[in-house]
Amino acid sequence: MKTLDIKKKIDIEEILNDLENYHPRRKGWTWRENVDGGYKVEKFHFKEMTKPLKNSVPLPAAKYFNNIDPQPQPVITTEIASGRFEDDIRRMRMAAWHGADHIMVIRTTGQSHIDGLLEGSPEGVGGVPITRKQIRASRKACDLIEDEVGRKINFHSYVSGVAGPEVAVLFAEEGINGAHQDPQYNVLYRNVNMYRSFTDAASAKKVMADAGIFQIDGAHNANATAKEGWSVMPELLVQHGINCAFSAAVGMPKSQIGLSTVPPCAPPAPKIWYDLPYAVALRDIFSEFKFRAQQNTRYIESDIEEATRTHVIDTMISALTSADIQSTITPDEGRNVPWHYNNIRGIETAKQTLVALDGFKQLVKIDRDGPLGEMVRDIKERAICFLEEMIESGGYFAAVEKGFFVDSAKYPDRNGDGIARDGKGGVGAGTIVERDADYMAPVCSVFGHNHLPAGLKKPCDPIDGCTLCKPEKIAYIDEIDQTDNCNLRLAKTVEYRKGKMIKPEAEWAGDGTVLIQLFVPEELEVAKVAAQEIAKKMGLLDPEVINAQVMHPSEGTFVEVKGKVDFAIDRTTLKIPPKEVLLSEEEIREGIKKIGLKVVAGTVGEDEHSVGLREILDIKHGGIEKYGVKYHYLGTSVPISKMVDAAIETGADAILISTIISHNDVHRKNMRKLDELCREKGIRDKVMVMCGGTQVTREIAQECGMDDGFGRGTKGIQVVNSMVKLLKAKKRI
Amino acid sequence: MSEDRIKKFEVRRQQLEKMSDEQLKNRFWELCNQIVEPMVDYGKKYTSQSIERSVLLRMGIDSVTSQGVVSRINEAGLLGKGAGHVVLKVSQKHKVDLRAAAKRINEDKTALEGLF
Repeated sequence: MKTLDIKKKIDIEEILNDLENYHPRRKGWTWRENVDGGYKVEKFHFKEMTKPLKNSVPLPAAKYFNNIDPQPQPVITTEIASGRFEDDIRRMRMAAWHGADHIMVIRTTGQSHIDGLLEGSPEGVGGVPITRKQIRASRKACDLIEDEVGRKINFHSYVSGVAGPEVAVLFAEEGINGAHQDPQYNVLYRNVNMYRSFTDAASAKKVMADAGIFQIDGAHNANATAKEGWSVMPELLVQHGINCAFSAAVGMPKSQIGLSTVPPCAPPAPKIWYDLPYAVALRDIFSEFKFRAQQNTRYIESDIEEATRTHVIDTMISALTSADIQSTITPDEGRNVPWHYNNIRGIETAKQTLVALDGFKQLVKIDRDGPLGEMVRDIKERAICFLEEMIESGGYFAAVEKGFFVDSAKYPDRNGDGIARDGKGGVGAGTIVERDADYMAPVCSVFGHNHLPAGLKKPCDPIDGCTLCKPEKIAYIDEIDQTDNCNLRLAKTVEYRKGKMIKPEAEWAGDGTVLIQLFVPEELEVAKVAAQEIAKKMGLLDPEVINAQVMHPSEGTFVEVKGKVDFAIDRTTLKIPPKEVLLSEEEIREGIKKIGLKVVAGTVGEDEHSVGLREILDIKHGGIEKYGVKYHYLGTSVPISKMVDAAIETGADAILISTIISHNDVHRKNMRKLDELCREKGIRDKVMVMCGGTQVTREIAQECGMDDGFGRGTKGIQVVNSMVKLLKAKKRI
Repeated sequence: MSEDRIKKFEVRRQQLEKMSDEQLKNRFWELCNQIVEPMVDYGKKYTSQSIERSVLLRMGIDSVTSQGVVSRINEAGLLGKGAGHVVLKVSQKHKVDLRAAAKRINEDKTALEGLF
């Protein structure tokens, strides 16, 4: 498989084929490409949009804008890690089509404490076991996907835990483009021994630096962990500062170092009064570094709409300040492991907001003269005092022992709930060894004292080249566990991926997961139980309420229930309505000309909607007039009888009615009445009758006696196409 | 103690109030660079089993074999020489390639004797 076929699903087995001989075609990070002079498309001149994609799915409203799909400046991240990389690959493809070019893979629970590399493709929990096979297959798939969409995809995971240096080498060998690396994260949140963590980190960072792997830090975890995230802002500056300074000191270029920042507050708090000064303070102090702006996860509840609204504000703050990478959080993170389409929702939230705010800073300016300037200054001063106190207390290691970090109070206050670590304790305590005077590592990208023989051109000359110089030397292990690997999993789902069976899915092929939404006119507790019962009666297995929102304490509750179906649909039994093939414009014009096609048109009943029908008729909107049809427009709220009389008077070949209102099925009644009246007047054989409206379909219209019917989004050409085809069928042309 | 800390903070803050934004920024980085010096030093002077396994990976030795090799080298008190260094020595001594040398270390308890 050298290229993907848009009409076919990605073939996972084919990706796995010959994987042992695959090597990445490039290394390092890729930013989006700017368009000189701004991006001009249709009637718009975007100030900051980047090179468009070759293939993509635009935002839903794009249909009103000729399907343009502008791509904002920041790289857009989505985190995909369902535990089965073979299913994640399909999600990566969908994500890329919606505008993601940074795919982040979270590791399986507990991997950071495994002292060594994992191999093969075991299933993960809350993430994917990061192994050579899994990342190699994913990177190989990303190569195909990036060719399909026409933009480079950055693949990303984590270089942390007690196997950091090995993971860094693995990533460098396999062309991983970005990675989290922050020794403080290990110390504070993974209880890895602090001396081990920094010793390993120096080596890992050197490898990353040389392989061009973009680094993201882990400081944002403090505001996800502290009880009041918005209170720890000074400390966040300190954590970012330590990782940046440490990374630069071990040789990583500043352009390769990214801060992971999250707006720390959320509504109903007055978010902007915390998040904006924080964002500005960071960008002042860290102006030489890159920014990865993350959306907030701390306050995500089960309501995905609420999460999305907060994420829009987070993204607006990025647009108002700056972001090199805009990360997204799936809005369902508060209720389940992210589902396929919620990755897409997160990406669209970022894309939609950033496109809407194109060139925002040319229109609005941050006012530092008011309270903002004072707040920015306050954060910076507190951060510096924090650093000074650290030094006074004996430096970083001593400060960690004293619980300086992740205390929920605003510095210098202390609530005493900070995370303190013992320098002699933690995972990997006492495992670092001093290098001897003749220490030697005959490979490239080594940090620290390395006593190589004199006169070498490259450090790896004594071994005739290391794997970083000669990828063919990489030792590939395919599988270790014969009972837990992707081959076994793939065999179980082949009928859903390649066969004729169709089963809905949320995470994995054939998982059968569905979501139902319902309003239950009962109070919360009753509604939840009732909703679960309803789901059971609908035949769902393992129904579980994953969201319930009070609409009123007694009037009712909105409930969402997930469950599974245990059946699949056979594709070959489905009757798919054939897609209308339009006649050519020439053929249409010719047919219309032959009989000088005339129509009468109007919105019928008590209905004042006119826009839809005018678009079908007018030449300006590409309506039927454009193809030579003469029309007589009778306006809105036209009685059916008047339509028929006008058709008789003008000798029209067709009556086109529009009916938008559909209460009590009035649209069906109007259609039937038109058909009947035409029959009574004896003109039904001569006159074509057609109806359009938001609730109209071809099937409904024909059921009500019409020759054809048209729904939302219909264009004039579809109407003339239908009329000409009908005239041909009747042999009138 | 706590009151003392707050007082010290007030004093420190007074010093900062006089500084321009640019000076604040420089002060921030001066302190950060000072703080990370000992950590960078650890990175230079020390090694770990993970670092050594990462060297062996770069020498084309698979992760499973590297686990055993580094573990044996550590037990033999030779980690400070560098696992890559040790494997290279074994390879030169027995005139075998690096993978075979690694295998020998895992299988032959005497393989690490008398190398340095």
